[in-house]
Amino acid sequence: MEQRSQLYGVMGEFDTPEQIMAAARKTHEAGYKRVTAYTPFPIEGLAEAIGFKWTAVPLLTMIGGLGGGLTGFAMQYWMMAVSYPLNIGGRPLNSWPAFIPVTFELTILGAASFAVFGMLALNKLPEPYHPVFNVDRFAHASTDKFFLCIEARDPKFNLAETARFLRGLNAQHVSEVKDE
Amino acid sequence: MSASEPPVNSPDLRRLDPVLAPGHTYASVTDKIAAVVLTRPLGIGWLAGFTVAFGVVMVLFASLAWLIIKGVGIWGINVPIGWGFAIVNFVWWIGIGHAGTLISAILFLLNQKWRTSINRFAEAMTLFAVACAGIFPLIHTGRPWMAFYMFPYPSTMGVWPQFRSPLIWDVFAVSTYGTVSLLFWFVGLLPDLATLRDRAKTRTQQVIYGALSLGWRNSAHHWHRYQSAYLLLAGLATPLVLSVHTVVSFDFSVAIVPGWHTTIFPPYFVAGAIYSGFAMVLTLAIPLRKVYGLEDFITMRHLENMAKVMLATGLIVAYGYFVEFFMAFYSGNKFDVFLATQRLHGPYSHFYFALILCNILTPQLLWFEKVRRNVVALFLMSLVINTGMWLERFVIVVISLTRDFMPSAWGRYSATFWDYSTFVGTLGLFVMLIFLFVRGLPAIAISEMRELVAHQSNGKKENE
Repeated sequence: MEQRSQLYGVMGEFDTPEQIMAAARKTHEAGYKRVTAYTPFPIEGLAEAIGFKWTAVPLLTMIGGLGGGLTGFAMQYWMMAVSYPLNIGGRPLNSWPAFIPVTFELTILGAASFAVFGMLALNKLPEPYHPVFNVDRFAHASTDKFFLCIEARDPKFNLAETARFLRGLNAQHVSEVKDE
Repeated sequence: MSASEPPVNSPDLRRLDPVLAPGHTYASVTDKIAAVVLTRPLGIGWLAGFTVAFGVVMVLFASLAWLIIKGVGIWGINVPIGWGFAIVNFVWWIGIGHAGTLISAILFLLNQKWRTSINRFAEAMTLFAVACAGIFPLIHTGRPWMAFYMFPYPSTMGVWPQFRSPLIWDVFAVSTYGTVSLLFWFVGLLPDLATLRDRAKTRTQQVIYGALSLGWRNSAHHWHRYQSAYLLLAGLATPLVLSVHTVVSFDFSVAIVPGWHTTIFPPYFVAGAIYSGFAMVLTLAIPLRKVYGLEDFITMRHLENMAKVMLATGLIVAYGYFVEFFMAFYSGNKFDVFLATQRLHGPYSHFYFALILCNILTPQLLWFEKVRRNVVALFLMSLVINTGMWLERFVIVVISLTRDFMPSAWGRYSATFWDYSTFVGTLGLFVMLIFLFVRGLPAIAISEMRELVAHQSNGKKENE
């Protein structure tokens, strides 16, 4: 029964992008590692301020693009020159200039698909349930409020102390986030 | 006109209409856009419009059913004019789609803030236009149930599509374009779907928007990857959109038919596509902002900028027409020269002169600021340009095919009732999808508007 309702973290609410940026920096400086911010629109530098350094999305996109392009060209070469070669007036079977448009389109298709599905996978979406949704005021994260959540699995986490720390950053409505 | 540059932020400079009317907050933009979807009751105007469009879609279905029963003989096509309306409409629709990608991708890369409030429905327009376009080559094959032949799948026949043919390039270009446009659109919608989920009033709305938003929770880590993916998509969609109409133009220019076999076709097709697409964005934006009271978000600045893009791309198109003529005579090729004179004096010359009137002469009025800032004039202009672009494709397809190399191969083409009903039917499909979209999804990107609010309040602080 105790495991029914675990503590996920403590969440504080801020009013402006500047406030949450300042709070995020201070939280990071204070040594908290498992921190997430929730904002109604992307704020430049916020992810970096809470210790997010590198994203694999560009790399995945490049892999998708190269994979799409190479597959596209290899497919055409194999089909036109190996599997079913057609001799049309003695022209070369590997007529590569004619294969460029399809190679190009499949490069874009591969890269775009990897960018989108890679982004979703790295974000672990779809994820219909998440503990932060249990906070009533969290719905405002998609309108005009900015939230900072320090997770309970952070080594430095201590319910009373972390809540006090957030209040010290001028956070409003500091609340516990329960994982039910 | 003074020689010195006016200060950029000078408030009395009439040109600098805001991209977002002043006084808006994060909450007010969110409320206003989300309310159109979530709380606004269905008005009589929407219901009437939707009903008419739905009726026209039934005309489309009837036309398609009759086509499948009888075959393409119900159209006006025959030897030597095998393409006719189906290809004219295909090129017209796919061209219209291009403005959506231009606005969402190219203007994003160029950091044009004014794109924010028009990119969402321009992208929706792209998707719907591509859907309408895709119908035509499919049904034009004569046996649409065999359309899968165009894809390279291992079959017992052991043959493959001919990858040296522009028509197969087209299959890949258009299907990639449709897929990437859908992905781009969905990625842009994701945060807004989450916004709608959080504000949903009924259980049905919660379930639908909840499922579609995939559990998006506005996390900074997510935003970071999201922005990275969005930027990359914009970078990928930009060459894609240029390639699509280039490949469409290859359908013509790779052939040796007089009037088609020209190197100007790719750039001039792309410019024409953007030209007609912006005209269609205006056709949609002007009623949309009026009916749903979105004048604060889609301001005169947007309309005027779009008018300027139309003027610029219209001039490129005019240059294309000129070069076609010039090269025909400069080449001295008697078939090309003959075709050029046939455009001016042949049986379809009235189409050609109507095209010049719609696409070159009338848009010159856009040089005047009074016209660019007159909503009614712009709306009429957008209709004229869309008509002109349709005529352009008609002139290209029909005049060349009716005046081939040998006089014995000459012919005439006239569309039948079913040609018209299919075309009008796709217009109905397009309008119906737009009607559904406006009430089902946020027509303006909400999270990007919030970003714009933040951007504006930052700008204000810096000025103070």
